[in-house]
Amino acid sequence: MPKVKIPRKSTVVDMTAMCDVAFLLLTFFMLATKFKPDEPVVVKTPSSISDIPQPDANVMLITVDENGRLFFSIDNQSKREEMINSINASRGLDLTPEEITKFKYGSSVGVPFNELKSYLAATPGQQKQMDKTVAGIPLDSSSANTANEFAVWVNEARYVNPNLRIFIKADSKTAYPVIKNILSTFAGLSIYRFNLLTDLEAIPQGTAAFESSTAKK
Amino acid sequence: MAEMDVSDKGGHKKGPGVKKAKKGSTRVDMTPMVDLGFLLITFFMFTTTMSKPKSMEINMPFKDPNQQVKNQQLKESCALTVLLGSHHRVYYYTGIPTETAPPTIKTTYFKPNGGIRDIIIAKMKEVAQRKASGELGAKDNVAILIKATPNSTYKDMVDMLDEMNINEVPVFAIVDISPVELEFLAVPEADAKQP
Repeated sequence: MPKVKIPRKSTVVDMTAMCDVAFLLLTFFMLATKFKPDEPVVVKTPSSISDIPQPDANVMLITVDENGRLFFSIDNQSKREEMINSINASRGLDLTPEEITKFKYGSSVGVPFNELKSYLAATPGQQKQMDKTVAGIPLDSSSANTANEFAVWVNEARYVNPNLRIFIKADSKTAYPVIKNILSTFAGLSIYRFNLLTDLEAIPQGTAAFESSTAKK
Repeated sequence: MAEMDVSDKGGHKKGPGVKKAKKGSTRVDMTPMVDLGFLLITFFMFTTTMSKPKSMEINMPFKDPNQQVKNQQLKESCALTVLLGSHHRVYYYTGIPTETAPPTIKTTYFKPNGGIRDIIIAKMKEVAQRKASGELGAKDNVAILIKATPNSTYKDMVDMLDEMNINEVPVFAIVDISPVELEFLAVPEADAKQP
């Protein structure tokens, strides 16, 4: 009796198409990606209906964590270098060129001026550890107070880059007095317009803003 | 790997004596490459920030210590003062209180319905009606003063500013709370609990 021949189909799958798609996606993500900036602390911002996007350049970012610790950062490395050089000279911080370079390529700092040197001398890994315990930039309700180092940072940053737009990223649980001190410091420095970073939420139906947003469409 | 060799050996022969050139397979095993490709995709997908953070713009009232800004244009009947307390409580009163006429402070919460939003909407409607009836001039508008107590949080402030945007309140300002108002709040704040 002759054997019944089962026709054997090839199990080879042509992976070319899948490969094409995979690499297309890969290319897309590689080009479109902008790495998440290094955040010193975890901040959960409150939500609002405002949808003004944060610009790519000329950003001053003030991060406030739930305990009210302040972290300060500006973008653009050459401006950062200019700023730290100026602060170094005016406050007599005695920073070495290496420490200045570290600041230039670093991100937010949240230490008082007298700890800045030891903070910048540390490695990035150590700095991450230090960020958990640092005191934050000293803040006071009056911008004229010399202990208000936050006012000094803001002033120096605006001096090197007058086009800076100010963004405050504060945690939902931050106590209001901290925010009030920031606001009154800004008022003392004649800054009246700034932005608060918030999560986007949907506009509630039936409200005035809802009406005008549907009318726009 | 993912394939099985099913090619039948030695298909058609060219004839005796004809030397067969050994044919190497032109097929490349792409599996590792695809693996790597997807690994990288996953990496980039997780590290990427597609949407830029959104923000809310606020304009603070102009403050000049050398110059007394006159804020007397505020019509008393158009004013609504909102006080932010602890545990996300909201207190409010209308008008501008004087020493002889202390405000009646009411309590509410941030709620989609029956909260502070309804109060604001009612106030806006009331002023609009009185404008239509000619009782108020065209320039009179609802003005909401936001005063936060030290017990409130940043979230309360943002929520309140958000209510301003949601209801399109024409005039609003963040103002420092006065000691008198803090005194008024002492009683309701004392029994403040989570809603």
